[in-house]
Formats: sequence, C-alpha cells, structure tokens
Amino acid sequence: MAFLYEGAAWDADLLRRVYDAIEPIARDELGLDVYPNQRQVVSSEQMLDAYASVGMPSMYKHWSFGKKFAREDALYRRGMRELAYELVINSNPCISFYLEDSTATMQTLTTAHAAFGHNHFFKNNYLFKEWTDAGSVLDYLQFAQGYVAKCEDRYGIEAVEHILDAAHALMPQGVFRAKRSPPLSYSKQIERAKARRHYEAERFNELWYRTVPQSPVGDDEEEYTSLSDGKRPMPLRLPEENILYFLEKNSPSLDGWQRELLRIVRSIAQYFHPQRQTKVMNEGCATFVHHYIMNRLWEKGLLPESAMLEFADMHSMVITQPEFDDPRFTGFNPYKLGFEMMCDIRRMCENPTEEDLHYVPSLVGKTDWRAALREAWAEHRDESFILQYLSPKLMRDMRLFSLSRVEGERHVTVEHIHDPHGYRHVRRTLAGMYDAGRSDPDIQVVGADLRGDRTLKLRYHVVDGSRLADDDAKKVMQYLTRLWRYPILLEYAHEDGKVRDGFSATPDSGVKRI
Amino acid sequence: MRDLIVDGRESPHGKNLGNRQRFIRRHRKDVKKSVDEAIRSRTLKEASDGKSISVPIGNTEEPTFHNDRKKGNRHFVLPGNKTYSSGDKIPIPDGEGGGGGRGKGASPDGEGEDDFKFVLTRDEFLSIFFQDLELPDLVKTSLSSVLLGAPRRAGTSRSGTPSNLDIARTMRMSIGRRIALHRPTDDEIFLLEEREHELASLEIILEEELVELATVRDLLDLLRRRQIVVPYIDPSIDPRYKRFELRPAPATRAVMFCLMDVSASMSEHLKDLSKRFFMLLHLFLTRHYQDVDVVFIRHTSTAKEVDEETFFRGTETGGTVISSALNETVRIIKERYNSSDWNIYIAQSTDGDNIPDDNEQCAQVMSEVLLPMVQYFAYLEVVEEQTSMISRQKTSLWTTYEQAVGNKKNFAMKVANMATQIYPVFRELFAKRAH
Repeated sequence: MAFLYEGAAWDADLLRRVYDAIEPIARDELGLDVYPNQRQVVSSEQMLDAYASVGMPSMYKHWSFGKKFAREDALYRRGMRELAYELVINSNPCISFYLEDSTATMQTLTTAHAAFGHNHFFKNNYLFKEWTDAGSVLDYLQFAQGYVAKCEDRYGIEAVEHILDAAHALMPQGVFRAKRSPPLSYSKQIERAKARRHYEAERFNELWYRTVPQSPVGDDEEEYTSLSDGKRPMPLRLPEENILYFLEKNSPSLDGWQRELLRIVRSIAQYFHPQRQTKVMNEGCATFVHHYIMNRLWEKGLLPESAMLEFADMHSMVITQPEFDDPRFTGFNPYKLGFEMMCDIRRMCENPTEEDLHYVPSLVGKTDWRAALREAWAEHRDESFILQYLSPKLMRDMRLFSLSRVEGERHVTVEHIHDPHGYRHVRRTLAGMYDAGRSDPDIQVVGADLRGDRTLKLRYHVVDGSRLADDDAKKVMQYLTRLWRYPILLEYAHEDGKVRDGFSATPDSGVKRI
Repeated sequence: MRDLIVDGRESPHGKNLGNRQRFIRRHRKDVKKSVDEAIRSRTLKEASDGKSISVPIGNTEEPTFHNDRKKGNRHFVLPGNKTYSSGDKIPIPDGEGGGGGRGKGASPDGEGEDDFKFVLTRDEFLSIFFQDLELPDLVKTSLSSVLLGAPRRAGTSRSGTPSNLDIARTMRMSIGRRIALHRPTDDEIFLLEEREHELASLEIILEEELVELATVRDLLDLLRRRQIVVPYIDPSIDPRYKRFELRPAPATRAVMFCLMDVSASMSEHLKDLSKRFFMLLHLFLTRHYQDVDVVFIRHTSTAKEVDEETFFRGTETGGTVISSALNETVRIIKERYNSSDWNIYIAQSTDGDNIPDDNEQCAQVMSEVLLPMVQYFAYLEVVEEQTSMISRQKTSLWTTYEQAVGNKKNFAMKVANMATQIYPVFRELFAKRAH
C-alpha cells in the first residue's frame, strides 16, 4: 500500500485522505463517537487571535483580548513561545484550527489529536454534556458579540467596559458548581411555610422551646425579600455561590442591558468551567488517541519512516515532564499525566497485577481496555479520575511524593512517598490539587439587606488557613461596588465556625480591611 | 460523516483590531507617555515609522479573587523524588512561595508579566502624535495615509508578459491586418479544393473544364501561398498587451531646512516644541515628495550645519545672530540645492531674541534672497509654558519679520507655548496641499 504522503508538503486533498485514513481507526477500533468535524487551516496571526479571544472564533470586543494578543504576539515574535499546533472548540460541528505552516505529519497528528481525541471527549464527558450545549454555543457567541457591539453603539464603549471589566474580575465566581432544583413558585412556598407552621403548632413543646437556643435566622417570611421587578416578592435563594448570577438577578442598580452583559459573561464562564476541571483528562484523551492512531497508521504501512520519526520527536516533546528540581519544572504536565494514566489503564486491563486490583478496584474484571477508557472519559473529571485510576506502578514510575507546608514554618515536610504506606495518601493529595472546588476561593453571597441599607454580604470560607490575596481582593471589591452601588461586606468564615476579618467597601469611600 | 475543510487563511485578518484599539484607548496615558518619549529620543525619520513602544504595567492588570499562596497550609504532590522519604523536612528557599507548583504571583519580584513591548503601527503612532497638535481631520487623514504607487491600466503596449495579453485587442489587430492584406479564408480554399477535386475526378473532361481546372489549381496555389505569407496572427504585429502604469505620485524632491537657535535661553521644553514643529513639517513633506532631504542648521552668533543628534542636544553659549543662520541657509541652497530642481521648505524656531543690530540684515536677506527661492518659510517662536500669550511683548525678530515679509504668501509665523499651537503655522501650507 502506498504511503499517505511523503515529505512535509500538504494540500487540502491530503488533509482529506488523512482524515479518511484516521476515521475508521478512531471509529471502529477505538469506538470514538465524535461531532462532525470542521477543520480550518489558519495563519499564525489568526491562531494568535484565536488564543487571545479565549479560543473562541467570534468573541465580543474587549481591551483585555487586545492585551493578550499583544503579549502573545510579542512573545511569539521574539521566539520565546511556540504557537500551539492546533486549537479546538467544544461545538457542534466541532471546529478545530490548524496552522498553515505545519508539516504533513503535524497535520496528521493534530487531526487525530483534536478532531478525534478532544472531539470525542467533548461529546461524551458528563460535565460537558451536563453544562455545555455544543450545538448552540457558536450562535450564542454570535449573539453576545452583536449584543455587546450594540450596547457600545448605544451607551458608549466606556460604559460597556465599565460593566465588562467588573464582570471579568468576577468571572471565576460566575459559575454554578452544582445543579439545584428549580425554584418553587411563590404560592407553593407560602403553602409550605404554612404547613410547617401548622406542624410546629401541633407539635409545640414548651420545654423544647425554652431549652434549645433559637437559630439566629429569622422567620421564614423574612427571607422573602422583594426583588427588582418590584411587584412580586421573590425569595432570595441564599447562600448563592454564583455572584454574577446573584447580581444579575438582584442588583438594585443595574439597567436591563447591564444585567444582560453580566449574563453573557457568566454564560461564557460556565461554558469553560468543565474545561478547567478536565485539563488532564482532556489532554490525556487527545494525546492517547493521537498516539494510538499514529501507530496504527504506521502499522498499516500508511506512513513513511521519516514521518514516524518526526512524530516520535514531537510526541516526546509534548509529554515531557521535568522533575521537581529541574529548572524547567512548572508543575505537572497535563499531557504527560493524562497520557500515562490512560496507557496505564490499558496495561491494567491487559495484564493486571495483584497490586492493581487492590488499588484500582474499578478495573477489576475489565478486559476490554477500550471500553474501560471510554467509560473513564465519560464519567470522570480530573479529581475523580486520579482518585480512581492512578496506580501504584505509575506513582513509582513518576516517583511522586506528597508534601505539606504549614503556614509560618520555614520548611516543607515530606508526608508520603511512593511506597505502600503512601500510595493512597499521595493519590488523594494529587487528586485534591485538581479539585477546582478547592483551588478556587469559596465565596458566597449570604445576605442582601434589600429592605434595609442594601448591604451585600459575602462570606469567604477559610480552608486550611487560606486567605484571599489582599491587593487583588480589594480591587475586585471595588469592581463589585460598581455592580451593586451600595455597601458590601466580605467576611471570613473561619474553620472554628467564627466569622471575623474581611473587607468592607462602599461606592464612595473605597475598600477597607476589617 | 464527511468532514469539512475550510481554508481559513482567506477569511478577514486583523479580527483583533477592535480589541487592540480598545486596549490602546484604555491605556492611552501610558502609550502616550511612550510616544512622547519616542518623539524626544528618536530622529525625525525614525519617529514617524512607529517602532516598538514599550508600554509599562500601569493598570493593565485584571484582578480576580484568588487565594494568597503564602497563607494557609498547603498539601501538594511533586514528581521526580530521588532521596526523600516520609517525614523529611526541606527548608524553603528565600523568596519562594512553597516549593511546589507555581503560579502567577508566586513571587512578587518574579518577571513582571505585565510589562511588555507593544508595537504601535505607523497610524497609531501618528494618531497619538496628532492628538497633541489638534490638526483638522482633513489634514490628519491626508498626512497619515500612505501614498502607494498603485498600478493602473494605461492603454495597451506591443510588448509584455503573456499573462497580460489582451486577447480582444490582439484579435482585432489580426482581423484588420488579414482583411487589409486579403488573406484568404479557409472557406474560400475549401470551396476551391472541392471544385478542384470535382473536376479532377471527372472521367470525361471538357476542354473548358480543363481550362477551369488549371485556373483553379493556379488560384489555389496562390491562395495557399498567400495564406502562409499572411499569417493568421502575426506575432510581430498583432499582439497587444495590457499596459499598467504606477500612478504617478508627486515625484519631486524636497529639502527641508531646520533652523534652530541653540543659545542658552532655549530650554528643553522649547526644544521639544521645536522638534514637534519640525516633525510635522517633515511628515508633510514625506507625504508629498518622494525624496526629502533634511538639513539641520543650529546657530548662536554663528551658524553651523550639524547632524540631527547634535542638533537637538546641548546648548552653546553666545549671543544670537539670526542672520547668520539665514546666510548659512542661502549658502547651502546655492551650493547644493539648485532651486529649480528642489522644493525648498524652511522651518525656523527661536525664542525671538536677536541682537538689535542684526534685524535689518535679517529683513533684507529674507525679503530679497531667501523668500523668492523657497516654497514655504515657517517661523515658530517658542516661549515657556507659563508665559502669558496675551500680555506678551513682541520680540524684535517678530517685529522685523512682520514688517519685512509678514504679508508674503509663502511665509507664516506663530508664537507657541504648547504643542497645540504649532499647527496654525502650517495652516496655509496644509490648506493649499491637503486636497
């Protein structure tokens, strides 16, 4: 059989032939299930542009994207950074970008990586299924872009920026992390409150009433504070972790278009939230897929040796993991960790050892590694994936060890290493590092005195002595006052259950530490 | 499931332009400071190219709520353990957040990621430069647009590349020539051939038919020869090619004289004003002329031609004799810039003090020698910023110029204590040329 190509040159026809050669391997051998693909060949400038606009093809305009572009462009021009070879969007059809000056081998590899690896992951992982709508995201972005442009025309660029800057600062606090039940209708709530009061009246026990301290939270009805629409009181659903959502619905001082801008920003934040939680899996999946496909193409005699050598070189660059004492070390390489874990799952399905069965029970009895991988890709996020599948063998191979640092101490302590005493602890600690819920500060809206002085109350939950970075927190508080325009209080809820310290801000007098 | 390949390279570029403009607008203050710096430190020619501008940190940051990496207890995993075992303690090196991981803000004195080089395009640079000068919009556009010699159709030519062949015109030439030279058509020959064939194949042939056959054969012979001699398309006569000409840009040469007083009374501020004044004229000239020479003449009581570096730097002591500079200019013009080949522009900038004895000579040189030779003479009198523009007394040079040449068409003068006041000196110059 003839090679798909020889040398570095490629054209549209070759891209198509490559795709046709890859597709049966991906579909029939790996069992991948992908959105239809739309591949775009772009110039380096367009790639930079896509980077700068958080990877989206039609993002609204904002100066921060201009800044990112300028920085990326400067780094690229000075040769300090290489461009990504591909960029892929979680959409249906799945759009992926490829650099025009890549070689034929790179195009083959990136097609397997993005058009099949990432694509399958986007379509099948539960987080993406639950939280993103790949079919409508492009339309939504188009709408957002148009809407922002219209607002700029109507209210001026400054006015729009005024809101967008503040919204961007709150973007990490603009996502829902868990689904909640839909709100009860007002009549249902009254009914329920009545029923409870009735029940309490029936069961009234004076002793109980006198001996047990009352909860400081007031009457049920007290929560039914009035909302901006003015007519019908709606309950504030507190506490609320999605600050942007809360402001959009309840801020006493925003116009309709400003609320819509907040909504756009938080929708985009929500769209990207799954990606933040699945970096290792997503890249691991794509890397595993391209590695498998390239090797299969080679086995089928479709690739010349030179292409395979080029591939091997690139692949090993992608999965380089410097060790912690290497000057190049910048943390875990998600490509490496994900790829190794997935290769390891294959190994554990094919040749499981006693130890594997003990530490990775979810693979017991599974012999079809393809199905096992597909299940892992579909059902996990980084944290749970590591917790479930990281095997002692891989911990030994990567020589993982866990450390702890206590605030104020001048040293870090090695807690556990890759030995039988430490496997579970190391694994748990590593998984914890990928828990977005733990690395993001936990800030919730706990009160908004809408009938009183309209003080917005936020609570930051201290975890293991953590604190917010002061300078930035003050700046974000300043931004918050733009959106609320009444006093704001951010308190620390400490682990001992006490609430103390924090920040207070008013629109006029700025932010203070308390 | 067929995949779709889109050649995105064709789609519009510069999608980021809007974001870029917003970025520049937002950080105008910082960008402007850098531009001012560039204007001060670069040569006239360089400054208008719009090169790399470094925009410092300012308020380009985008804050978020995030945990302070130095606070609280942390647990983390690292790869590549070599000698450690459980319970070991590792001292934290100074200035490092926690040994593991990394992240923005891990070290406050790490590389300043917000300070980066930002390259302004020529247009952006000029628009910020113009901002100070309060130029009318028409002038702005005419100055910042770059004239390119764009190719434009200009009739046909008899030589050219095959890709420019004008087929219609070529065929028209060919038909005309064929008609004029009576080139037989294929049809004519075909008819004769048929007749010949018909006659030749007769078994019994009459005499008149025999004669006809001979005539037909002769004729056929003639026509065939003529067809060869008069070709269908004569490559040396017929082909016509589309001709393109570069649209003639105003293609003459100009020389610009910058005259500046460098006596001790010229402060940095005055020099900065002067530089902007010269730069504006330079921009105007590069817009209208292909070659622009710049001559720098600085003077105290004597004048000297210097390079740009020396021109803007340093002061000298000594009195001020304006006519020395004027005479030097005249000398250089006569020596190097024959006024029939060159458009001569002169920009003069002083603080207006002149030795009283000299004024008469200035007036004479200006009105009799210099002004008749030059296209335009722009005189800018620069004064300190705090000087009152209303109660200010006229300087001796001002009065001299006003009396001697104040009404001349190609002379303009103006007092400026701020950059915004420079433009009016050129008002007439731009008004004439802007269209």
